[in-house]
Amino acid sequence: MSLKTTTLTLPEEEYALQGNRACMGCGLSIAYRHGLKALGKKTILTVPASCLTVLQGMYPISSMLIPCLNTAFETTAASASGIKAALRALGKDDITVVGWAGDGGTSDIGIQALSGAAERNTDFIYVCYDNEGYMNTGTQRSGSTPLGAVTTTTLMGKSEHKKDMPQIMAAHNIPYIATVSPSYPLELYDKFKFAKDIKGTRYIHILIPCPPGWGFDPRYTVQMGEMAVKCGMFDLYEIIDGVFSFYGQTLRIAKGKKREPVEPYVRAQSRFKGISDERIEALQQWVDKKWKLYEDMGYCE
Amino acid sequence: MSSATSQKKNQSIRETRIMTANYAAAEAVKLCDVQVISAYPITPQSPVVEKLMEFIEQGEIDVEFVTVESEHSAITVCISASAVGARVFTASCANGLALMHEQLHWAAGSRLPIVMAIPNRAVAAPWNILNDQQDSISQRDTGWIQIYCRNSQEVLDSIIQAYKLAEDVMIPVMVCYDGYVLSHTLMPVEVPTAEEVKSFLPDYVPHTILDPDDPKNINPVTLADPRVNAEGVLCHGYFEIRYLLQEAHMRAIESVAKIGTEYGRLSGREYGILDHYRDEDADLLMVSMGSLASEAMDAVDRLRDEGMKVGIIHVRLYRPFPAEVVARAVQKTGCRGIAVIEKNVSYGYEGALCSDLKAALFDYDVPVFAHSYIAGLGGRDVKSSELYDALKKSCAYCDRPRDKQRKDQEWLNCRI
Repeated sequence: MSLKTTTLTLPEEEYALQGNRACMGCGLSIAYRHGLKALGKKTILTVPASCLTVLQGMYPISSMLIPCLNTAFETTAASASGIKAALRALGKDDITVVGWAGDGGTSDIGIQALSGAAERNTDFIYVCYDNEGYMNTGTQRSGSTPLGAVTTTTLMGKSEHKKDMPQIMAAHNIPYIATVSPSYPLELYDKFKFAKDIKGTRYIHILIPCPPGWGFDPRYTVQMGEMAVKCGMFDLYEIIDGVFSFYGQTLRIAKGKKREPVEPYVRAQSRFKGISDERIEALQQWVDKKWKLYEDMGYCE
Repeated sequence: MSSATSQKKNQSIRETRIMTANYAAAEAVKLCDVQVISAYPITPQSPVVEKLMEFIEQGEIDVEFVTVESEHSAITVCISASAVGARVFTASCANGLALMHEQLHWAAGSRLPIVMAIPNRAVAAPWNILNDQQDSISQRDTGWIQIYCRNSQEVLDSIIQAYKLAEDVMIPVMVCYDGYVLSHTLMPVEVPTAEEVKSFLPDYVPHTILDPDDPKNINPVTLADPRVNAEGVLCHGYFEIRYLLQEAHMRAIESVAKIGTEYGRLSGREYGILDHYRDEDADLLMVSMGSLASEAMDAVDRLRDEGMKVGIIHVRLYRPFPAEVVARAVQKTGCRGIAVIEKNVSYGYEGALCSDLKAALFDYDVPVFAHSYIAGLGGRDVKSSELYDALKKSCAYCDRPRDKQRKDQEWLNCRI
């Protein structure tokens, strides 16, 4: 991989414009802005029902300079497949096709189309921005909502753990998978940039802190993303042609830096308000078990 | 064709081959220079896509074929590929078509010229893989144009015309033909040459609405009311955009006739909005869609032999519904009654075609009764003798006073 991007080398071109409809402190807007910088002008996006639809604006006003085909909730990967097929048919091979969906649109309603496209190794990048619930429709539970989180459909807190979407994608043996965080935008940029030059299905999973959905002051978006990584609730890694490697803060933990406990992260968000000690312990065990598996797989030093 | 010599010349290079309606559909797609195909297997549609795959494997056509994991994805691939500017094709029926339902709205709302072949099949439950038209009739309000065919020749010809039509009015088109009855039945089909089709249907000029050099946000959230854009120009609201779809549908009626005539000059087979059989002086008309209209010809002949003046009008174009054309055609025959025999039912009322026809007759002041007969659901065989009986039954109402002509809906050969 080439040299790491810094604030000095990050391109100045913006494809997501100011004054868009994202909420204050929206983690998605950071990820979207830096992701598009890496993808560049020669990109076609397809986006299902999601907060991103809102961010991009209502007809006839748009906040972006990349063409986008809005598509039905469960169709992102199929839509990207159609765009790619037509570009091939028309001999336009220099355009990057990107499907960009939320966690509901990915791990719930869109998983069939995504699995199909990945099995076909369709040449596109699939981005899942995971804010751990149906935030656009008013904070309902999704398959990606963590244990204990209160949503409008889990009034006593969700009783199941979240689905491990990147690992589901890893089981499809696609050439590239990365997990990224908007709290580390330069690393996010580099992963998008790296993904762009690979052929076949590439999957990028972003954990998006969501101030209204998670219940924290918008000024803490970046810190919330950092806390998630530092306590191991969300890990930063890449899988390149089946080869797993950590990077960034997670790599430091893998190299022996102390992993933070999950409790302060949980306590910082009102969606976990009133959570029992048992459930905090269950979340901690979920993280510990995951890390035990990383060690068993030889991913840690 | 204007001169007898050129007519002859054309015929000498055309081929007449024996094929099923499914293969006729595939042959048509081959002739139309389709660029992207996406489909998912379902009986009785599978031979269409298998044949197309064969053409690709043999290098006869150069197509991007996306073998998706569901019909929902198949139509989505077509929608997105069409938005990039490719000419696209898909085929489905029954539950597969029902699964596409959401995206059928999406395709029509996006005004994309997609063409889909539908070998009509019954919709579960209970499971049934045989023919009726409930599948496509259930999709009539999605904004697609629907054309119904009576034989393999009409399937081939209608798909070629469908691309011209779709690209003219920017509305997707379904070409429907009865499953098994037509899809798997061998019939002679005259296949036009590639040059002939090219002269009729020129190379597709990509209708590209998705292009990095001209970035647009397609199909975002759109409010009901018009709204000004960043330049201060007032743009359509959802309501206006949907009105334009309706307006284009009404325009499509004329397009279908024009394109059918043009195709007639090319092939010697002229197409219109309706097809007629011995209806000039009919007392009673049978109105139907698809193979029933051709199967009923025997029954009509028999009734004619017995002195009853019966004829057939085949509704080739069902959506947009050619209300005035149908009403005037009925009026022109001077008939006194109509038997609408159809392979679908709008549950809780009657056959969908019958309702539409009655509304058209009312609007154009043609005071003729129409009886609704439901036939052949789930592949129930419709015998010529049953059609004969039904038509005879309706004939008996012709001499009654208008207020005594209403007849309860009847399910042909229902053994309850």
